[in-house]
Amino acid sequence: MTSPDPSATTPPAPPARTPTGPPAIEAVDLTRRYDLDGVSVEALRGVSLRIGQGEFAAIVGPSGSGKSTLMHLLGCLDRPTSGVLRINGVEMSGLSDTRLAELRNQTIGFVFQSFHLLARTTALDNVALPLVYRGLGRTERRERARAALESVGLGHRMGHRPSQMSGGEQQRVAIARALVGEPKVLLADEPTGNLDTRNGTEVMAILDRLNAERGVAVVLVTHEPEVAAHARRQIHVRDGRIELDTGLDMGLDAGAEGRP
Amino acid sequence: MRGREAFVMALEALRVNRLRSALTMLGVIIGVLAVVILVSVGTGAKDAVEKQISGLGTNIILVVPGQLTVGAAPTQSRLSLADVAYVRRVVGDPAKVTVSLQSGETVRVGRTEAFVTVIGTDQNLTNVFQRPLAKGRHLSETDVDTRRRVAVLGSEVAARMFGDVDPVGRQVSIAGARFRVVGVYATVGQTFGLSRDQEVHVPVTTAQRMLGVDRVNGLAVGASGADEVEALQGRVVAALTERYPGEKFSAVTQTQLLGTIGSVLGMLTGVLAAIAGISLLVGGVGVSNIMLVSVRERTKEIGLRKALGARQRDVLAQFLIEAVLLTTIGGVLGIVLGVGGAVAIRSFTEVPASITWWSIALAFGVSAVVGVFFGVAPARRAGRLDPVVALRAE
Repeated sequence: MTSPDPSATTPPAPPARTPTGPPAIEAVDLTRRYDLDGVSVEALRGVSLRIGQGEFAAIVGPSGSGKSTLMHLLGCLDRPTSGVLRINGVEMSGLSDTRLAELRNQTIGFVFQSFHLLARTTALDNVALPLVYRGLGRTERRERARAALESVGLGHRMGHRPSQMSGGEQQRVAIARALVGEPKVLLADEPTGNLDTRNGTEVMAILDRLNAERGVAVVLVTHEPEVAAHARRQIHVRDGRIELDTGLDMGLDAGAEGRP
Repeated sequence: MRGREAFVMALEALRVNRLRSALTMLGVIIGVLAVVILVSVGTGAKDAVEKQISGLGTNIILVVPGQLTVGAAPTQSRLSLADVAYVRRVVGDPAKVTVSLQSGETVRVGRTEAFVTVIGTDQNLTNVFQRPLAKGRHLSETDVDTRRRVAVLGSEVAARMFGDVDPVGRQVSIAGARFRVVGVYATVGQTFGLSRDQEVHVPVTTAQRMLGVDRVNGLAVGASGADEVEALQGRVVAALTERYPGEKFSAVTQTQLLGTIGSVLGMLTGVLAAIAGISLLVGGVGVSNIMLVSVRERTKEIGLRKALGARQRDVLAQFLIEAVLLTTIGGVLGIVLGVGGAVAIRSFTEVPASITWWSIALAFGVSAVVGVFFGVAPARRAGRLDPVVALRAE
């Protein structure tokens, strides 16, 4: 912990638990700097936040605000330049690339704006893919993938390929894939960005329901206020800082130092 | 990820891009095919020549005046029958020394005539060389001592001059003189491109009178055992050099002949294999190229797999297995086609292609190694892709 947040008045990190266990995500003073052709660009300038188990939060901000960078960091796809990030209580900075891959596989589920399904691969095999990297056998993979597809209402589409499905269905396959590994956190990056209103609403309803029924923490990245409204907590990001966090009752005043 | 999953994934990727996989494999197929066929042709040629040489007999030493070098004109022989008797004394066993005086002559029976190699030799020929008879008898000591005009025909000469008629006891005209056929040799085939079935053997003394000379071209000594060949060779050359100071004599053993020719043909086979190897290498470069294209095309997929928990080694394994599958499947197809090609060459042409297991094993091994070697760079590139960058790729 290089620069503890001076305004963080809560007693040391662990006690801030929601239902059980450590917080799903805990970030302290994250920065991320890119060096592009010798020019240093600061995408994140000190972000601290804590997302509890089973929470539903939306990260909102205009494009270029740093919300994608933040999402990549929270998803352990990228490493912060400085700061501390714990996923489900595990500090990620000391982990090797291999351990990070395992962490992503075990605790994080991703939903992307453009679905990112493997073409020419059935819905069932797409959903089972994370379990391949977990080393599970084929029978168990299929069993769990079938259950996950049924939970998003696609039990009848298991043998279909992405090209044979509508955008909404594809995104539901992607949600099933994110859930099949029973993650602690589901990171959804503009999940409705490529969908029409009706399909978008349906996808959001599924995310709502999964959050409520399974207790998986959902972090939504979006620039659409009506999508963000699904979340009980909004975290507004601008210029690489948290501008406003409606979840400040959590006790972590992350927004304070972000203001000019 | 389990090994089998990586294997299935790689197969699936190859199946999806069928045409591209097939074309990439084609490079490897042609390379392996070339290795198998060219090596089998080279080996076949070597085997054939070695068989010809060992078919002459065993432990033979050929003695000629001058130096035995390819490309140099042969020395005019001064060896006479007296010298042959001298060598017989040196060798100790007179029966193990035979002579040769050769000349191209016309043979005629009735209106049929042919140009053949007439060889003057003696009764000891069969003590040194393997020369089985089909009919009649060999030349005898009396034939040589009394300069009889008798001849033993090679099988082709006999067939050509007499057809189905038994030549033994019949007359044949050699260079205008009448000879009586006493025997016909069994078919023995070629040695160094010369058909030994087109020879006519007559007593060396008769040949000398017919040609008007008292020399012989050379002599051949048969050693009683393989371990005596070298010592005997030295003794004969030393004895002849002593008898004719300042002159040069050469003796070459069958083993040396085999060694020289074997190494020349072995080198030829090696050169052929190397040329074929280059085409295999080019095939490997093709694999590398296609794998790089594939990694670029599938950057997004790689990013996704990494996001879902694929480790660097999982992605590396997937692409490496893909490359190795390309080359090994290509290798197996190349071997099948190469063996088929070699069999076809052997059946439909004169080329004695001989399939060797080492060339097949080598071709397969090399194609697998080529897959690893040329697959590793693209696979590493894939494995090291940054997931964030990869996911953003278009």
